[in-house]
Amino acid sequence: MHRRRLLLGTGAALGAFSRQGWAEGAAVHPGLAAGTREEAVFDSLPGKQKLIKLSYRPPNYEAPLDYLRSAITPNDRFFVRYHLSQIPDMAALQDWSLSLGGDAADRQVKLSMADLAKLPQTEVTAVCQCSGNRRGLSNPHVAGVQWGVGAMGNAVWRGPRLRDVLALAGIGAKAVEVQFHGSDHGPIETTPQFAKSLPVDRALDETTIIATSMNNAPLPLWNGYPARLIVPGWTATYWMKHLSLLAISATPLANFWMKTAYRVPTGMFQGSAFPTQDNETNRPITDIVVNALVTSHADGDTVAAGPVTIAGQAWDNGSGIARVDISTDGGATWAAGTLGEGTGRFGFQPWQAVITAKAGGVAPRVRATARSGAVQPAKPLFNGAGYHNNAIQTLSLNVA
Amino acid sequence: MIRLLACLLLCATPALAAERTVTLKPGPGVELMEQNCSGCHSLDYVRMNAPFLTLDGWKAEVAKMRGGYGAPVDDEDAARIVAYLAASYGPAK
Repeated sequence: MHRRRLLLGTGAALGAFSRQGWAEGAAVHPGLAAGTREEAVFDSLPGKQKLIKLSYRPPNYEAPLDYLRSAITPNDRFFVRYHLSQIPDMAALQDWSLSLGGDAADRQVKLSMADLAKLPQTEVTAVCQCSGNRRGLSNPHVAGVQWGVGAMGNAVWRGPRLRDVLALAGIGAKAVEVQFHGSDHGPIETTPQFAKSLPVDRALDETTIIATSMNNAPLPLWNGYPARLIVPGWTATYWMKHLSLLAISATPLANFWMKTAYRVPTGMFQGSAFPTQDNETNRPITDIVVNALVTSHADGDTVAAGPVTIAGQAWDNGSGIARVDISTDGGATWAAGTLGEGTGRFGFQPWQAVITAKAGGVAPRVRATARSGAVQPAKPLFNGAGYHNNAIQTLSLNVA
Repeated sequence: MIRLLACLLLCATPALAAERTVTLKPGPGVELMEQNCSGCHSLDYVRMNAPFLTLDGWKAEVAKMRGGYGAPVDDEDAARIVAYLAASYGPAK
């Protein structure tokens, strides 16, 4: 007990470690619960710029709004999300290897970083977005990490295609899923490994890669060094960090992470099927839904009267962004925003629009439409885990 | 335990100093809560969800920790932890 007190401390340490709460900063989202906001404080992980801490251990840190203004998110400003607290350090990961096999593989193979580097390399720019991004804005609030809008980033990922790696083991006729886990784990033996799976066709898709490079640099430790699975267009629950095992499997993965967590009500959202995991009630979350974010201004900001340029990002599951429209009359009429230079169909699409700020305030709404035809809904589609919140954003701006 | 000791040597350790600022409200069951929960996660998880989780919500969270994350907490202790959480944290607290 005494040791625990020493480790975790009590109020005595508060003065020495007090930090400015995000609530006191410029861009707290009013949708976060009061009380939750007090836990969201600026903090820095080794090698990272200041991020918004939601939980220290395991580390869950999101990007402040201003880090999302660039179309490519810098590595040291990229959000961090872990389920389990035991994360190998860089020294331990120098011995990293990737075990490849499974009951539907033709053979077992162990690969080093050098082995991965010998395979043909490909590059994809893609948004990495936590399934629970914006969970903190759910109404009613639901349990889990209370993310605001910054559990995402866009990066250039480079490495071998997953299908080329899997071919080294040989994909047997009985294969139905590719299962995988990373090197991070829980602190006690009874905590299961965080393991996930993909349908074989998604694993073999030409865009699915094992990234050994992020924005032309090694991956930061906190984003999956030395190798991470990249599944462009799907939420980040499948983007396994510190990827250490790939199993070509004849049976569906039946663990907490596939059967209980990361599922959405059947029929509520568009998205790829996951035939070996879908059921009549619910199904695994798969594709990212079309969304947009204003990054130039935060809700409650004050602007000068006259023309004001608002700007931000839009993204979807890889169909690409067709248009971004802005309304300043409560959604009665919409005007097309200007699309900037895109970063590829899976990446951020920058956009901007000029609105007129008049005395008394202005409340721009921003609505992205994907090339698939999908459009952001007026209200979030409520689900118990707070996934896929892509409701049209409305900012209330004061006019000085 | 071997795994834990190995990781004390080999793992990246997130901000432990900062984590010391995260404390829970005093009350019956708080020490049981810290003993059973803080080995695996910082207690800001509790405070982050505290504004809105009801008795049923805390029950579901403790069940998730036991079933999903393999927390070795027996029924009796789980009930005491839920009682502490519901008495100390929630929409009306």
